Parts: sequence; C-alpha cells; structure tokens
Amino acid sequence: MTTDNATVATSDKPRASRTSLRAYVMIGVLGLIWLYFHWATGYVFLTPRNLSNLMTQMTVTGIIAVGMLMVIVSGNIDLSVGSVLGFAGGIAAFGMASMGFGLATAIIAAISVAVAVSVFQGALTAYLNIPAFIVTLGGLLAWRGAVKWLLAGNTVPVSDETFKYIGQGNLPAWIGWAIAASAVIFVIIGAVRKTRSVKEYGLGEANYAGALLRSIIPVAAILAFIGVMNAWQGVPFPVLLLLAAALLGAFLTNSTVFGRYLYAIGGNADAARLSGINNKRNIVKVYALLGALTGVASLIFTARVGSAAPDAGVLKELDAIAACVIGGASLMGGRGTIFGACLGALIMASLDNGMSLLNVRDFMQDIIKGSILVAAVGLDMAGRRET
Amino acid sequence: MPLLEMRDIVKEFPGVRALDGVSFALESGEFHALVGENGAGKSTLMKVLSGVYSAGTFDGEILVEGRSREFHSIRDSEAAGIAIIFQELSLVKELTVGENIFLGKEPSRFGIINWSELYHRATKVLKDLHLPIDPRVPVGSLGIGQQQLVEIAKALSQDARILVLDEPTAALTESEVDVLFGILAKLKAQGVGLIYISHKLDEVFSMADRITVLRDGKSVATHLASETDKDRVIAAMVGRKVGDIFPEATHQRGDVAVSVKGLTVYSQDVPDKKLVDNVTFAVRKGEVLGIAGLMGAGRSEMLMAIFAAWPGKYSREIEIEGRRVEIDSPRDAINGGIGFVTEDRKRFGLILDQTILDNITLAGLRRLSGGLITNRSRENAAASRPIKSLRIKALSPLTITGTLSGGNQQKVVLGKWLLTDPKVLFLDEPTRGIDVGAKQEIYAQINKLASEGLAIVLVSSELPEVLGLSDRVIVLHEGRMTGEFGREEATPERVMAAATAS
Repeated sequence: MTTDNATVATSDKPRASRTSLRAYVMIGVLGLIWLYFHWATGYVFLTPRNLSNLMTQMTVTGIIAVGMLMVIVSGNIDLSVGSVLGFAGGIAAFGMASMGFGLATAIIAAISVAVAVSVFQGALTAYLNIPAFIVTLGGLLAWRGAVKWLLAGNTVPVSDETFKYIGQGNLPAWIGWAIAASAVIFVIIGAVRKTRSVKEYGLGEANYAGALLRSIIPVAAILAFIGVMNAWQGVPFPVLLLLAAALLGAFLTNSTVFGRYLYAIGGNADAARLSGINNKRNIVKVYALLGALTGVASLIFTARVGSAAPDAGVLKELDAIAACVIGGASLMGGRGTIFGACLGALIMASLDNGMSLLNVRDFMQDIIKGSILVAAVGLDMAGRRET
Repeated sequence: MPLLEMRDIVKEFPGVRALDGVSFALESGEFHALVGENGAGKSTLMKVLSGVYSAGTFDGEILVEGRSREFHSIRDSEAAGIAIIFQELSLVKELTVGENIFLGKEPSRFGIINWSELYHRATKVLKDLHLPIDPRVPVGSLGIGQQQLVEIAKALSQDARILVLDEPTAALTESEVDVLFGILAKLKAQGVGLIYISHKLDEVFSMADRITVLRDGKSVATHLASETDKDRVIAAMVGRKVGDIFPEATHQRGDVAVSVKGLTVYSQDVPDKKLVDNVTFAVRKGEVLGIAGLMGAGRSEMLMAIFAAWPGKYSREIEIEGRRVEIDSPRDAINGGIGFVTEDRKRFGLILDQTILDNITLAGLRRLSGGLITNRSRENAAASRPIKSLRIKALSPLTITGTLSGGNQQKVVLGKWLLTDPKVLFLDEPTRGIDVGAKQEIYAQINKLASEGLAIVLVSSELPEVLGLSDRVIVLHEGRMTGEFGREEATPERVMAAATAS
C-alpha cells in the first residue's frame, strides 16, 4: 500500500539500513558495557591480557552459536548441544586415556560422533516430523547420560600437550600479522569485485573509490584486533578456530544457495517446498553442520580445561541460543545473521568476564545475564512494533 | 441522523497518506458497499473505525448516532455496537463453534464457565441464522465457508448494530453465498447497518443500497446503486475508462508442450476416495487451456499432483515436448520446465517478510547462481526483467514482499516462475483477492506469455475469467472430465451445465 505510486529502482536502501542500524546499536551497547567494566575494574578490563582472555572465553559459545544460528534460521532448534559437547569431548579424552587414540584419531572421533548424533536428531525431525524441540530435549537428557556412562562419573585428564594447544595455545606474532595481511587483501579484493559486478550487470557505475572507503573500517578492525592480541601472547589458537567458523557461517548464509534455502524454509516452509527446495535434506544438512561445529567446540572445551568431566558443557545450549537471540535471530525462523550471533556471544562473554573481575557472586551473575537476555529481546520487539 | 458518520478521516504512515480526508456515512438498515482497488484505503478505513488504529493516531471524527466517539481498541468499538469480520478468519480452530462464538465473553461466575448456558445460547444464535451447525464441534472440522458463517454468528452474538464484512464471499460456495445474503437481508430488515467490502461487483450490485468508491485514499464517489452501473463504478475505481477487460487475443498454437495421461488423485484422509479420476489432457505451445469446475471438483488437487506436491497418493504419466519424464518432486517438475503459480499466495507462494528479490529468485535460484554460490548482482539483473515486464510497483527489489498490495504480491509469484524459464505454466486462481486494475494486468500478461509461445493452464473459480482467456476449456465435475469446449463453443451455459453434470 505504501509503494503503489513509486517506480522501480535498484537502490538497496530499505533493508540495508534496517539491519545495519540494529548492528550499530549492538556495537554501541557492547562499547558501553566495555567502557563500564573498564572503569569499574580499575582499568583492567580493556588491557591486551584481559581482552585475549575474553576472546578465548567466548570461543566455545561462539562456535556453537554459528551453527545454532543456521539451525534457528531454518525454523528449528537444538537443545542437546551442551550434552553432545560433553559426550564428544568425553570420547576424545577417554579415547586418548584408555583406548590408545592418537591425537588425530581423538579429534576425528570427537567430531564424527557429534556429527553422527546431530544428523540422527536432524533426520528424526525432518523425516519423522518429531518437533526439533522434543527430539533435542530428549537428546539433552540422553547424551548427558551417555557421557556419565562413558566416564563412569569420573573426570578424565588429558596429558597430550599438542591436544591442549587446541584450547590453550597462542600463535606466534608473525603468523598473526600474516593472517592480518591476507585478511586485509581479502577485504579489498572482495570490495573491488563486488563493485565490478555491479557494473557488469548494468546496475550502476563502478565506484572504486567508494569501495575502498567502505573497506577502511574492516581493515582498521582487523589490524587493531591482531595488534591487541599480539601485544599479549599472540592470537589464541581457539580464537583462530572461531574466526574460521564465523567466516564459514557468514559465507554459507550470505553467499550460497544452501544459505538462502535455510532462510526460505524458516520463513515459509510450504512456499519453499513448492519452489522446488528439498526441505528435509537441507534440514539434515544444517544439523550436520551444527554437529561438526559442536565437535570442534568440544575439543576446545576439553583442551582448555585439560580434562573431560561428566558435567562438561552443561547449559551451553542456552548460552548459544541466547547469543543468537540477542543477535537478532527469530526463534520462529527465517531471520538472523552470523554477525549478530557472534556479537551476541561476545556480549555474553563480556558480561561473564567483567562480572568475574568485579567478583560478582555466581548466583547474581546468572540473574543479571537472564534479565539482560529478556530485556534485549523486549527492546528489539518494541523497536520492531514502531516501524 | 445517520447511524454512523466518519468525517474527514486522515491517516498517515511514514511517507504516505493512506487516507486523505475520507468521509463516509451509513444509515441504519442500509447495505453500503465500499469498493476500490487494493491499496485504495478500504482496510485502513475499517481499522480506523474498529479502533485497531487508536483514536489520536489519525485526524477526523467518528460519530455513532450523532455522538462523537473515540475508540482505542477493538473492545471499545465492539462496545459501541460495531463488529468487523476481517478477510482473514479470526477463529481458533481447536476450539468448538460455541467456544469461539463466546470467546472472551463466556457466561461465567467467579471465572467458572457455565457450559450448558454457553451451548444453549450458541444453539440459539445459530438457529436464529438458520445455520445447521453443531456448536459442539471444533471449528477446524468445518469447511471454510461454514467457518465464515460462524464468524458472522460470532459478530451477531454481540448485538452489533453496525456490521463490517471484508470480502466475506472469497471462500464461499454459491449456496453458502445465498445463505449469507439471506442472513444479511434479514439483518438489514432489523435495522442493522452493513458495510460490505468486495471486489465482486455482481454481488455488490445485487445487494447494495449505496456504493462508495475509494481511490488513493480519497472517497471519489458515492452513488445509489440504482443510479449507477458497473462500468461507471469500475471507471471510478481505476480512475480511467476501461474497455473490454479481456483483450481479444488469438494465439498461434504450436506443438504439444505437455501432456498428462491417466491422472488420478486420492484423498489424503480417505485413502480409497478418488478426488480426480483418470483425467487426460494436453496443452500446446502458445495455448491457454482453461480448467473450469465448481469447488471440490478437484482442480487444485490435479495441479498439485502434476507438480508432485500432493501429500496423498496419485498416479499419472507426464510427457513434456513429447518426452516421457518422471516427476517425483517439485524440483523434478521445475527441471522439466513446469512452473506452478499456486493458489493462496500468502500460504504457498511467498515468504512475506523477505524481500521481493529473495522471493522472485527462489525457485530459479540454482539456475541463476550457476552453481552452489549465489551472485547478488546477477540475481538483481535477472530479477529486474520480470519486475519491469510485470510492472511490479515497489520502491526497490529489496522492499519487503508483505508490504505490497495483493496484485503486486501476485505478480511477484508470477515473476518467480518466469525466472525458472518454464515451458508450461500452471496458474491456480491467479487473480483471487486482487483488484480490477491488477486483474487486467495479469490477464494481459497471460496473453502476452501465450503469444510468446508459453503453454498455459489456467484454473479459476471465476467463469468469465476462464472463458475470456482460454483457447480451450475443459470442465471437471467431482474429479471427472465432463466437457471440453473450444473458444467459440464455450458459453457460460454450456460450461455450467457440464460443471454441474446436468
């Protein structure tokens, strides 16, 4: 109704401004949280050492959130990831301790188990039409039971130093800078190619100067990030894994047919099916992806702690879901971004880290985090209603 | 003194003036039709009247029986005796008919519902309307037409003096329409004022006392129905004189594009029941084949089964351009060159909160991407062709589809299928619920596509539409083919006779 008299144009203003506004607000909120903690902790929070810690702390939740976001976009959910994380990590540690697994075998076993479990649950959802909530609620219980059985209630330590590097290692400074250099080149090439294709398909003039200008902020962010990490002990290895997972997720959701299908299935499953999309197969695929990412996260978790315990990963599913939701994903499906989910995970990790530095009591931390989750979604809804 | 008067209503949304000084009056016992193209402001006006848009968010005045009123919610307007039946049903399918009728107004004491009282009163309401509906059955078990009648019963149980009906007959069969009109005539006699929004001008002229035409948020004309005619109303709606709605077109027919043999479709719920029984037909390139039939004749089921999207059992043989093809999924059908504009665009056709671009490229995404990785610029370039040729009116391809008018939404669905480069296009009720102007544009597109050599199969409940566009018409009655007519032989009488198997 609002557009009856307008003509066709090819600007991409409406959507771009809406999502980026949300992103700016979230970055602003994160900035305020950081400044507050920096002040309240007596200028400890924003030091290279603590930021390096903070980044490492968010890796497990962040990597799972990347997979969870894609599952949520497709209109599904996975409540079992915390238990699956515990089970997969348990297999790696137990395998190395009691079954003579080498490093590679342990890594492959953990990831394969997580993928197999996830595919199985995804298939129950997609092909037997059992709601994902129910399937994975069952999984939450069953896989927790499995890890207790596997470890016989004990904590199994990890002795392999290489394995521990997955969670505790840092990259040498020169590798950090090499990553920064290739990322900068990647950003600039991407911007130039996008500009060129605009012209190629007759959608407007190629504005290379503008493309370079728009690359300044990401380039500055990359250099600042690597600089800060190198100012302490170098880029933590698990952070590298998180970055890889986030890039993979962003690529899948933004630039692949598979990603677009996920948004379509979550937005209107009937319309997607009638447009020739195989909803069931794509749902199994997205669960497989979440499984693989959960497997990677289980390795980081186990390596960081240095052991596998029966309660490893308890409540991780809720951290991951909360990160997605704070990042603007809709549990009804069809909406959400990887960038938002990662920012959500960073906000959650910042709260954890800052409150721990301030010696906020454990129960109080939970209450505050829960309230912030509900408030964030409440504000989002209020903002949405106005438009 | 009029029963209802709305004076100089102005309602603005960011960047657009949806209502621009509309005045409207309703006498008691009057049947007042409100017509206009989609986007003309009819629904907005009714939302102002019902308090969905709270007093204060618009300018102007609402008077009920001469008294100025301010409504801040639907509850307020209901208390003033205004009941609105919106286009989308607002019944809870899991609850019974009686529970729905008294939803929010259950006869109760200390919060405990008096069930016998509730069903007693529900029975009475239904009986007063001569509706043979059991108040104890769940609403979801009724047909869509009966649900509509329950909705009306619900409105009347509140002793409404002003009843607004928004496209109430869109889903009704003819006999149900008769029941509805009988009820409305009775209400009229009792002094209830009726505001009736419809695109079906035949209905409007058969019932209305007065007709008000809205266009672009203004009331452009109010006439006594007896002093105007259809052509003048249409001219006022579209703001221009319309000639023949169906442009005369002769199509050059080519080779057979698709042939369907032995199509049999079984019911999903009753496995042995045949909804479509051994139907065989073929369409040539450049030909428009119309499929006529009454509700329940099996037309939509037939298309769903050809497209491999029917949830129950079915069997058929399909040849495309003379070659036998196995179609076991919608993807197979698309790859084989079949496009399928489904009925009910909101449910089956579109992802309403995604952009035009996302929707229009969805079915052809693999082809447009040339692999597994998408290319936005290439999609944009491809999408701009149907957006231009179908004249989809929107600020940009990134406009959210749900904000478009019905006609433009339907064009997006059509565009989606054109981007799959089909050899044959199946259209199921392509103009349902869209305004006259948009209908005409869709008709012109159908003719244009046929003249470009596309084979088209058109299913529609509107007989003039089928007869006006088709080169050939086949008629179904209870799943069997009961007639086939060329353009010249297809008269409304013959087709109707075949459709009722008389």
